[in-house]
Amino acid sequence: MGLEENLPGILLVSVEKLVNVVRKTSMWPAQFGLACCAIEMMTTGAARYDTGRWGMEVFRASPRQADLMIVAGRVSQKMAPVLRRIYDQMADPKWVLSMGVCASSGGMFNNYAIVQGVDHVVPVDMYLPGCPPRPEMLLDAILKLHEKILHEPLGEKRRAQLAEIAKTVPAPAVRPGTMPSSYRYNKAKRRQWTAAAAEGREEQLRIENWMHENGDKAPVVRDRWKG
Amino acid sequence: MFEPIKGFGVSLANMFKPHVTEKYPEKMRPTAPRYHGRHILNRHPDGLEKCVGCELCAWACPADAIYVEGADNTDEERFSPGERYAGTYQINYLRCIFCGLCIEACPTRSLTMSNEYELANDSRQDLIFTKEQLLAPLLPGMEQPPHDMRLGHSEQDYYVGALENPGMSAGAEYSVQQETARKSGGAA
Repeated sequence: MGLEENLPGILLVSVEKLVNVVRKTSMWPAQFGLACCAIEMMTTGAARYDTGRWGMEVFRASPRQADLMIVAGRVSQKMAPVLRRIYDQMADPKWVLSMGVCASSGGMFNNYAIVQGVDHVVPVDMYLPGCPPRPEMLLDAILKLHEKILHEPLGEKRRAQLAEIAKTVPAPAVRPGTMPSSYRYNKAKRRQWTAAAAEGREEQLRIENWMHENGDKAPVVRDRWKG
Repeated sequence: MFEPIKGFGVSLANMFKPHVTEKYPEKMRPTAPRYHGRHILNRHPDGLEKCVGCELCAWACPADAIYVEGADNTDEERFSPGERYAGTYQINYLRCIFCGLCIEACPTRSLTMSNEYELANDSRQDLIFTKEQLLAPLLPGMEQPPHDMRLGHSEQDYYVGALENPGMSAGAEYSVQQETARKSGGAA
């Protein structure tokens, strides 16, 4: 596409890392609040959750200056062309985060008026369930997206190279962008998750940890069950 | 005269005030105890599944997020006490609105909710949780089904005692007797 296609291998790898770090550390979101999810999105940008910690505090009204489109809310059939146009107006590289169940799949609005998932209209990089998702969930989705960006290949040449490598080297147990942020940012829990993912029981681990943390309300086992 | 530096005064004064920002990924602030998070399919104390495959949760779901397919228990292959169990159980988290109507509908307290909410994923397929992902882990003393009923001779022995047996979902659910005790001011 551009200069990155003509870089030699070693330089390509280090430039790729640098570029990815730069890309993820100041990702400006485009304003695309459509419904109630936008309220949570505004909360996330405000002082209490403060996306400014990751250089994302400026929500741009102009798609030309934005890197990330957070589709927050249900997309009606009438809004779909507008959504596509705004996406097309954004400059590359660009990402789409589909916030809330309505944007992701139509949610409870399974009817003729609502687009059943924005991935019918634009490519989505991260789906976020919840109705609406709480600000922590949005932060979690954004951080997962950051992790994904860190592992993105720089240009088509590098993508082909990585695909070649992937044929011989087995894929890592944890796919980038799947580990919950509270696990990724905690060394001990990250190890737990990686070990559990190798066995394919990460969801069980999550329930176990949650039950452990809520230990004071542990289930009551009746005497006769014990025998 | 002081106009140009007035703004710095505001910054300076705020630097020493306590800040409200939450340290989210490093520190998780606990949710409300009954926060509606991801679901758990509970087990009986011997490891048998509580779900009897009645599909009431799927009927109650306003978003059609739950898909259940019941199957018959046999004496050789028993997954739950009683006649039926959930052969297939899926919750589509891209439809689920976490309203909790499925929890209200569940007659055996099989389906409950945890406070977990970090569910974002980049694949629509992975966000359809299957029975393996939803089922509670085996605690010590539990046995992986299929196996016989260890705690009684019939399903009556399991479900009549269910009032005092809230299952695995610590936090989300109290047993009926605990709940009554709490409301009347006694200890849980």
